[in-house]
Amino acid sequence: MTVLLETIGYSNWILHALVWLPVLGVAVVLGTEERKAKTVAFWCSVIVLGLSLGLWWAFDPTISGFQMESTATWIEAWGVNYSLGIDGISLFMVMLTTFSTSLAILGSFNYIRVRERAFYALMLLLEAGVVGVFVATDVFLFYVFFEITLIPMYFIVGVWGGERRIYAAIKFFLYTAFGSLLMLVGILYLFYQTKNILGFPSFAYGDFLGISLTEVEQLWLFAAFALAFSIKVPVFPLHTWLPDAHVEAPTPGSVILAAVLLKMGTYGFVRFLLPLFPLAAQHPVIVATMLMLGLIGIIYTALVAAVQPDAKKLVAYTSVAHMGFVVLGVFALNVNGLQGGLIVMISHGLSTGALFLLLGMLYERRHTRTIEEFGGIARVAPWFATAFVITALASIGVPGTSGFIGEFLALLGTFESHPVIAIFATLGVIFAAYYMLPMVQSVFFNELETPENREVKDLTGREITILAPLCALMIWIGWNPTPFLDRMELSVRAVIERVESAASTPQAFGETTGVYQPEEAD
Amino acid sequence: MSPLIQGDGQPFGGGEYEPLVPGLILLLPLLGFLANGILALVHARASANAVREGGELDLGGRADRPSTHTWPTWIGPGVMGGAFFLTLVNFAGMFDAQLHEAVVISYWTWMATGTFAVEAAIQLDQLSMIMMMVVTGVGFLIHVFSVGYMRDDPGYPRYFAYLNLFVFFMLVLVMGASYPLMFVGWEGVGLCSYLLIGFWFGDREKSDAGKKAFIVNRIGDFGFLVAMFLLFVEFGTLDFVPIFEEAEALVYGGGLVTAITLFFFLGAAGKSAQMPLYVWLPDAMAGPTPVSALIHAATMVTAGVYLVARSSVLFALSPIGSATVACVGAITALFAATIALKQNDIKKVLAYSTVSQLGYMFVAVGVGAYAAGIFHLMTHAFFKALLFLGSGAVIHAMHEAYHQTHRQADPQDMRNMGGLRAHMPITWATMWIATLAIAGIWPFAGFFSKDEIIWQIAAFGGAEAAAFPILYTMVWVIALAAAVLTAFYMTRLMLMTFHGTNRTGEKESGYLNEAPATMWVPLAILAPLSLFGGWINVPEALQTSWAGLSGALPTTEWLHHWLEPITEQAHHIQEVNLGELGHTAPFGGGEVLWAFISTSAALLVVLAAVRVVGSEEIRDAASDESRLSGFGKLLLNKYYVDEIYDRFIVNTVRRKAEFFWKVVDVGIIDRFLNALGWVTKGVGWGVSMFQTGAVNTYAFVLTVGALIVLGLSVLT
Repeated sequence: MTVLLETIGYSNWILHALVWLPVLGVAVVLGTEERKAKTVAFWCSVIVLGLSLGLWWAFDPTISGFQMESTATWIEAWGVNYSLGIDGISLFMVMLTTFSTSLAILGSFNYIRVRERAFYALMLLLEAGVVGVFVATDVFLFYVFFEITLIPMYFIVGVWGGERRIYAAIKFFLYTAFGSLLMLVGILYLFYQTKNILGFPSFAYGDFLGISLTEVEQLWLFAAFALAFSIKVPVFPLHTWLPDAHVEAPTPGSVILAAVLLKMGTYGFVRFLLPLFPLAAQHPVIVATMLMLGLIGIIYTALVAAVQPDAKKLVAYTSVAHMGFVVLGVFALNVNGLQGGLIVMISHGLSTGALFLLLGMLYERRHTRTIEEFGGIARVAPWFATAFVITALASIGVPGTSGFIGEFLALLGTFESHPVIAIFATLGVIFAAYYMLPMVQSVFFNELETPENREVKDLTGREITILAPLCALMIWIGWNPTPFLDRMELSVRAVIERVESAASTPQAFGETTGVYQPEEAD
Repeated sequence: MSPLIQGDGQPFGGGEYEPLVPGLILLLPLLGFLANGILALVHARASANAVREGGELDLGGRADRPSTHTWPTWIGPGVMGGAFFLTLVNFAGMFDAQLHEAVVISYWTWMATGTFAVEAAIQLDQLSMIMMMVVTGVGFLIHVFSVGYMRDDPGYPRYFAYLNLFVFFMLVLVMGASYPLMFVGWEGVGLCSYLLIGFWFGDREKSDAGKKAFIVNRIGDFGFLVAMFLLFVEFGTLDFVPIFEEAEALVYGGGLVTAITLFFFLGAAGKSAQMPLYVWLPDAMAGPTPVSALIHAATMVTAGVYLVARSSVLFALSPIGSATVACVGAITALFAATIALKQNDIKKVLAYSTVSQLGYMFVAVGVGAYAAGIFHLMTHAFFKALLFLGSGAVIHAMHEAYHQTHRQADPQDMRNMGGLRAHMPITWATMWIATLAIAGIWPFAGFFSKDEIIWQIAAFGGAEAAAFPILYTMVWVIALAAAVLTAFYMTRLMLMTFHGTNRTGEKESGYLNEAPATMWVPLAILAPLSLFGGWINVPEALQTSWAGLSGALPTTEWLHHWLEPITEQAHHIQEVNLGELGHTAPFGGGEVLWAFISTSAALLVVLAAVRVVGSEEIRDAASDESRLSGFGKLLLNKYYVDEIYDRFIVNTVRRKAEFFWKVVDVGIIDRFLNALGWVTKGVGWGVSMFQTGAVNTYAFVLTVGALIVLGLSVLT
């Protein structure tokens, strides 16, 4: 496989292809007939997915910095470059994006009934934007992609959403746009600093890493970036846009939102907060604040989830709880915690994505999401119930599924640095069972009483095609996460080392530990 | 000395012993699960179509069942037979080799982050081998029994899929070479328990019971996780072999080891249904009866005892941890035994009896008698599996009788039974053997295991430098008292079920029949095990006395010696810190005398119970319950513990959750942030822009604005 990839020069063009092929797909979809749009869009996304799978082999796990890099001048006067690259942190985020986009598109075939062309074009545009966020190594470029993703998502919620879609879409947009504006200010500040030191304008991530900032500067910049990313994650108490957005969004929107859009926030934590502002990131007050917010997210939202009458809202709240584990893992500031956090990100993408798909399928059948109205569905839709139970178990972190690996490592890492917080966070495993199992029971078990429930059909072939790979991945990662952890390890280690060395040599950490600088990749 | 972990499935470190494909022991039940699982999915599809059309799928007569209902009969018990056979071969190999070190076989690296690594490795040693024998041996018999018991159930293939999966996870639990792998088995068996308790998920009460089991178990799992974190921070690994080698570096009685053992014990208390987490086990009786026999009596619920025995080094280092184990075990043993006195559901009596017997096992491992704990675990697996399967045969017969006459009555209520001896002689005889065994009557298996525990409490409490000697005297008294109660409630069960006049109903009694061969043969195999199983570990002092027929019983403390490589380190720690164990019981007397006293007492209670219960007129359910008052009523209602938990814990959490959602989340946070948004003028303008649908304009303006700012700054 590796040889094949080398002969076709895979590493040279793949990242560009992953960004631009979906854009090409947008054009193609807009050019087709309305009724063929979904098929065309699906195959476009499958091509992108198929190409992205090569990354598994082409990615070199012995390199800690960016690889497959390429750069071209975009706006010379401001030092803006179109430069792409990938490392162990973004690798699986890219693959998760291509994977869940394909499944989300396949999952919307029955759900989306109006303006199909526009819808599928937006889905592909969203894919391009998200991939761009994860592969951009120029901070300006990153910001552009970060903002671009807002627009398709806004329309997906606002046009194809439920009854309160306008409210939810605006709320989503305002919250995130507000956060990114603050980040923009931060980026500009970094840009001027870089320009002053280097003598020429640059937005390159590697150059940003090279400048040294005082602790006070770092704290302010950290706050600006952290706010933007925390809204995206979302971290308690900035999470209230999420339940609304999820409940109103159409199934594919929820899937993408949960599977990858939230990850842009935690990805930002790992990519920007820790390496750019290492002194701030390990400031006791900041660490304590972030850990506490993560912990509150785990316990509080799990409890709130447990009393939701709407199944989709329940799952939306559990997202906040899951992301709490990521926040914990990241701010444990050690290898175990960060690796665990990244696995939680993958696992949450799979399991929560699958839960939203399943709930969407249920909605298509019963036109309701109220838990009370179901009951005994397992008797008429046993395969459906099987897929749901497997997914629910992965979501609550039962060993043998991906959820366990992530939560275990994240908690282990947290315990290494902050045992008391980790112990309280571990209580989350109880609350996870407490919110998930009653819902599973009320929907799938108990008496089959209502005639409408008796009519519920089992999974179709298309739905099996969507769910089978998701379930397989959840179980595979549960039993053999090592290939994933291996590919992330060096990049994770580099982040941690950078944070740690900043503490020992506060003055010159930029030069001495420039592990992220592009030249390392060569 | 240290057995290294070596890749490629090759064993390393174990003397002469060459393991024979031990991985296959795990793989067979897993394959069984996959095969039965596919059959179950195929069948469920067909049955779902029938339900949707308003009916039920007709399975046809016994002769022309669809293949989804014939293949599991062979696959389910078949893979278990294979696993049991392989375990026997490996046991024989280990038996010959006098193995002193654990054989660790690694298959692949499960997780490795760079600073933490766990192999997917199994550990073969004396302890895991005993557990594997119990799990595959008793498991095989219960699978065979299930063929007869579940044959007519529409969910037959699904049943065997779950049961095979359970055995797989149980084997992971006992064979795993590290705590995380044990935890995989630990939660895996919990999951299967959840699925099997709620096997008849169409019944809300049954699926509630499954959910309760899972959630209560997760409280324990929390403890297990925290204990693992503590161990990792101290040792940098979670593999058994290196941890136990380094463990003696821990301070004896120190805070760390105490915390580790207490958190582990929280896990054990959840899984093994100890106070205060025992509440899920009685409800777990909602599952099919063979499930109760396998999971909720013989294997899964003993996992906590296995955990403590496996971690014997850690517990030996923590007198407080060990004392907690012993005390909680003793209190649970007595508490559950009292509840069992007044229950009328045959399975509920056995459930509380199991809780009580598990308490005994914890007392054993709490007083450093790890071999005695495992010994009781093993004999209990024999006689309690027999009792549950026997009760299954009874329920099966009762159900059949009511089914034939179309009468709605509870086939599990002993007040509807009586006089079944005439109808089911094999069940009657085998269950009496098990009853005498659990009552601790010489020379049945339970006599030897229970007696050893009671003696070990005395010996431990009487050690030269014993910590809390008075505590152990109390534990000893409680253990004796609980033994007496055990003899009483079990005799009551037997009398109400099999003796006296039949209360099933005139028409019904004609349909009461002995169970088919697939069901009574496992009973007939478990009966001699319940009778002779104790003879493998006759204490030295007893062996030469009347109890060992003056040396005629074959072995002396075989199990004790067999487990020595596992327990010697703990015993060494104990000896160094506590000195020599005592030789007399708290109120005088030696081992032989107290063995005589306890078996005589049990025998007297059995005889007394025959008189008391036998002369009592057993009434129908309604008048019986209203008749009770005071303490009897309290016992019948299980001390109202479930009600107390509901009121003070479950409802409180729910109210908190409602408060968080409606008041904090929607009322405060969301309202505050929304207000922030709407009040701001600029945002208000933004909203009006959005409502025209021209969000791209806004985004465009935003980007352009940023670019202008940038551009100006570059130019200046």
